[in-house]
Order: sequence, then structure tokens, then C-alpha cells
Amino acid sequence: MKPRLLENKKDFTLKDFFLQWEWLLVVLIMAVFIMNTNLSEYFLDYDNLRDATMGFLDKAFMVLPMVFIILMGDIDISVGSIVALSSVIMGDLYNHGMPMEWAMVVCLAVGALCGWINGLLIVKFKELSAVIVTLATMIIYRGIAYIILEDQASGKFPEWFKFLGWDYVGNIPFILITFAVFAVAFGFLLHKTTFGRRVYAIGNNATASRYSGVQVDRIKIIVFTLAGLMAAVTAIFLTSRMGSTRPNIATGYELEVIAMVVLGGISTAGGKGRMIGAILAVFLIGFLRYGLGLVNVSAQMLLIILGLLLIFSVAIPQLKLRFTTGRKA
Amino acid sequence: MKQTTTESAVLQGSQISQDKQKQSASAMIAKFRELGLLAFIVLLSIGVQIRNPSFLTWENINDIATNTAILSILAVGMMLVIITRGIDLSIGATLALSGMIAALTVSHYPDLHPLLAIAVGVGIGLVCGIVLGFLVAWVNILPIIATLGMMNVFRGLTFETSGGKWVSAHQMPASFKGIATGSLFGINNLILIAIVIYIVAYYFISHTRTGRRIYAVGSNPDSAEISGIRTGRVLWLVYTIMGGLSGLAGVLWVSKFASAQGDTASGYELSVIAACVLGGVSIAGGVGKISGIVLGAILLGILNNALPMINVSPFWQMFIQGTIILIAVLVNALVKRGIDRNHLMRRKI
Repeated sequence: MKPRLLENKKDFTLKDFFLQWEWLLVVLIMAVFIMNTNLSEYFLDYDNLRDATMGFLDKAFMVLPMVFIILMGDIDISVGSIVALSSVIMGDLYNHGMPMEWAMVVCLAVGALCGWINGLLIVKFKELSAVIVTLATMIIYRGIAYIILEDQASGKFPEWFKFLGWDYVGNIPFILITFAVFAVAFGFLLHKTTFGRRVYAIGNNATASRYSGVQVDRIKIIVFTLAGLMAAVTAIFLTSRMGSTRPNIATGYELEVIAMVVLGGISTAGGKGRMIGAILAVFLIGFLRYGLGLVNVSAQMLLIILGLLLIFSVAIPQLKLRFTTGRKA
Repeated sequence: MKQTTTESAVLQGSQISQDKQKQSASAMIAKFRELGLLAFIVLLSIGVQIRNPSFLTWENINDIATNTAILSILAVGMMLVIITRGIDLSIGATLALSGMIAALTVSHYPDLHPLLAIAVGVGIGLVCGIVLGFLVAWVNILPIIATLGMMNVFRGLTFETSGGKWVSAHQMPASFKGIATGSLFGINNLILIAIVIYIVAYYFISHTRTGRRIYAVGSNPDSAEISGIRTGRVLWLVYTIMGGLSGLAGVLWVSKFASAQGDTASGYELSVIAACVLGGVSIAGGVGKISGIVLGAILLGILNNALPMINVSPFWQMFIQGTIILIAVLVNALVKRGIDRNHLMRRKI
């Protein structure tokens, strides 16, 4: 861990304001819109765009807590498995006679519990990186999902539940409203509360934060629990949209979530980045994917694009640092 | 000259501190880990044998050994990566890509010599490894992020090159399938190749300067850099070796199963990492032995083979594997704590 100096608060200048990563994302989103409009005449249509957001917002819930985790210099690659496990448990409980409302509560509880276990292991075994802990729990959680449902699917959910992911409030998708509420809440938590400031402090220097009286362990556990909880929220919307659930759902979601966060300008070294960046990245990747889907770009090609996007969004700040200061980060 | 002396002093220093472990419980575990693992393997085999007498037959043992061969080849590379504090999640995809390209090559040129097919696979793997090494060592991206991203790129490329189709057994010439099924001196080729790789890797990491530098970079990157080791080059080398071995494993895999698919070996990296941590490779870097990972791979191979034989549902396998990884990692951590505490106690001033 290298010491880093906190920058002095600079005066507001128009140049600095527009040279932020977030503006680059805005420009990229506009570029994607222009490209997509040229590619397909069906793209630029309010109903289309509105329904497109419904398609990619389910995993966006996990982006919000992942911002906190990466800000702290950690990573959580088990979120996809938590989605699968909590969704499978919810479906199985409903099929065994539990009312759907209670099954959803259990789903959220299972997600939070999984996240809490991740946090506890990471805090109690500091010599282990979050990578290996969540790698192990990633296999275990999905393993439990397989034990519960084997190769079966669970479905036949009540009508109202199926509409959660497809419904509108007025003219706006329910999932978009829910995401907006959560996004504002998480943004507030990160930027306007002492909790958020402490997350930044941990990301900049965990040891110094501990000596300054920040309860690093407690904050880490809370953040990982939140990640589990939001994975369960994703599980509810994903299950509702698919109408059934299987142990292999949400495979590879962790990659997309991490890609969105990193593309949003949150530094993997910790301590740098803002919530708005990650939210912009959600829409950037979402619309990019939707537009390319409209012109029949294959899912495999999307995989390549996503992987390259992840690499470039991490590489650009590193290269910039290397060429401006002549040293490695 | 001065640089090399300090470097060797650092290397010797780590050697001495490894030799001087006093007899605490954790130090004992660390010292006799391989023996314990071996005892566990023997006990497990006896237990399974009692439940199902067809376990310890010659065919089944041969089956386990050939299955373990590919896993352990990959584990050798993964060990080097983990020793430098890295991780490589892309090897399953690298394996699939090089296996697919090798299979496509032989299906177009059936007269190609099998050794050339292997060379094609290894070459593709090396290129993948060089790209990863560039990203990790030169651009300085976290290994987990770089390999996660490239995993998708390689996997996507596998689908793109094959057009989503399989290369199946009848498209491959017999000579190609013979790579994995043939044998020399009565021993299956896969096992022979694996043993050669163990020996070369053992010599490389224990008896060459470059090999020792890998350990030095893993135990303390900063002091390695100060001692004159070019850490970037070592990292680059490690990922390149990993890529080359994945490429080799890809050809062997495709030849063994006589089919190349887009999703070949998907998720296999997890088994490889499991074999490493079971074999005592520390995720914190700087620790790992060939003997350990070979035993770790054998244990995993036996588990995969034995669980269906004693009627454990295949759906339990993932959970069991994950739990084994977690327990192995936690035990490694606890053992390391014990050793560190021991070192502190001895440091009386």
C-alpha cells in the first residue's frame, strides 16, 4: 500500500469541470446514441428506449454497492452467485407453499446473509484478499443453488409478481423508478454522509483510517452485506422478468457489474471515483448493448466488446499517469 | 555485479528464514503439508474403495491420472502466477481458444504432424499470455481485472473463430487424437508430458536465477525491485508461461475429448486455483512448491472421480469444491499466522 497525498481543494475552473471522466461518459453515451440511430431507425423512439432500460437495469442494482466495494480497494466476484442462490431459494419456497411476499423477504434475507458472510470472512482473515474469498464463496453459493434445484427450473409465480419487472407506473417502468430511488439513496450515502467519507478514507489508506478511529471492519461488513442485499433485489427483478428461475441464472454478471463500475471512473486502487460515473456507465453499456442487439451483433461479439471496454477503462488512467508523470501507479 | 550480490543475499535470506522454522504446530503443518495431503489422499482412497471396490482398479487409476494430468499442467503455471501475488481467471478461455484453433487447423490440414498441432496451440496460448503479461506488467492493471476482461475476449474469440460450431471427432485425424490416447513405454502420453513439465518446472523455479526471482517478487515486490530485479519482466514472463501451458493443455484437452466447443473448460480456472491453494500455494504470494500442487491436483482428481462412484449427486460437486477451496485458503492463512507469531517470539532483543 503506497501513501497517497490528498489533493488540495482546487478553485473551480471551467476547464477542470469539463475535463472530468463523467463528461467523457456523457460524450460516449451521445456517441452511442448517434451510432445506434444511424444503425437502426427503430432506436430513437421513446417507447423503445424506455423498454430498453427495463432490459438492462436488473443488474444495475448491484453496481451501486459495488462502487463502495471498489472504492475501498476490494472486489466482490460472488454477486452473480448470490443472485442465483437467493432467486432459487425464493422460487423453491414459493413452490413449496410459502406466500410470494414472504418468499421475497426470505430472498432479501438470504442475499444479505451471503454478503455478510463475505464481509465477515474478509474482515476476519485480513491476509486473504477479497478476490480469493469471494471466489470461493462464488462457487459455494452457486453450488448450494444447484443442490436445491438440481437441473430443475422453478416457476409458476403469481401474476402480480411477474409484473414487477414488466410493469409501468404512469408511463415510467417500475424497475426504473426503483433504480432511481436506490441510486439516489446510495449516492446520498456515499457523498453526503460521514459513512461515505469513511469509505473514501479506507480506500485511500485503510491503516491510517483505522488509526484515525474509523471502524474499518464494521464499515466493510456493512458494505458487503449491502452488496448481498442488492444482489437479492436484482434476483427479484430478474426472476420476475424471466418468469422462472434456475441455478445457472446471472452467470457472469459479476464481470458486467465490475466493468460498469470501472468504466464509471472508479479506480481499482481505491479511493477515487463518484457514484454518478457508475450510473452513467450503466446506461452507456446498456444502450450500447441494446443498439448492437438491434443490428444483430452476436452475443459473443458483445462479450469481446465488454471485455475490451473493461480493459481500456482501466488502462487509460494508468497510461495517462505513466505518460504524464513517467512512473507506474 | 553489486546488484547481483544484493539480489542473491535477499534470496539466501528468504532461504534461511524458511529453514529455521522452529517446531510449533503451524510450522509443523507447513513443513509436513505434503505428507498430510498424501495421508489424506490415501485415507480417502481407502474409504472410497470400501464403499465401491471398482475404485482402485488399474483402469480407474489410469483414468484419474490422465484426468489429473491436464489439471496439474495448468496448476504449474497458475502456481507461478499466484506466487507473484497475481491470479489468472482467463486460462479456461485461453485453453478453449488454443484448443479450438488447433482443432480447426488439423481439420483443414489432416496430414499435419501432431507436434505441429501442439505447436499451434502453444503458440496461441503464448500470444494470449503475452497480451495478459503486457496488461499486468506494463500497463499495471490489477491481475483480476485484466484476466477477467481478457477471459471474455478470448472466450468470445473462440466462438467467433468457430462460428459457434463444434469441431467433432470425425473431423479430427487419428494422429491428432493419438496425442492424448497414445502411450510411450506403456505410460499414457498425457501423464508423460505432465511429468516432464513437473521436472522442468521444478528445475526452473528451484535452480535457476530467474526462477528464484519469481519467488523474490512474490514475497516482497518492493525489496525485489530495490535489489535490482526487474519485477515487470518477471511478471510478464510468468503470465506468458501460464499462457503457453494453457495452450498446451488446450491441445491435450481437445485431443483427449475429441471435440472442441465454444464453451470448452468454462470455469476450469476455478479447479486449477483450487488445486493450487490445496497444495499450499499462498494467495499472499511467495510460497508454493511443485510437489504440493501435484498432490493438490491429484486430490481434486480423486474427488471428482470418487464422488459419483460413492453415489454423491453431481449437483453436490460444485458446493464440495467451493468448500474445499475455502477451507484450504483459511487453513493456509491460519498456518501462516502461526508461523509469523513464531518468528516474532524468536526475535528477542
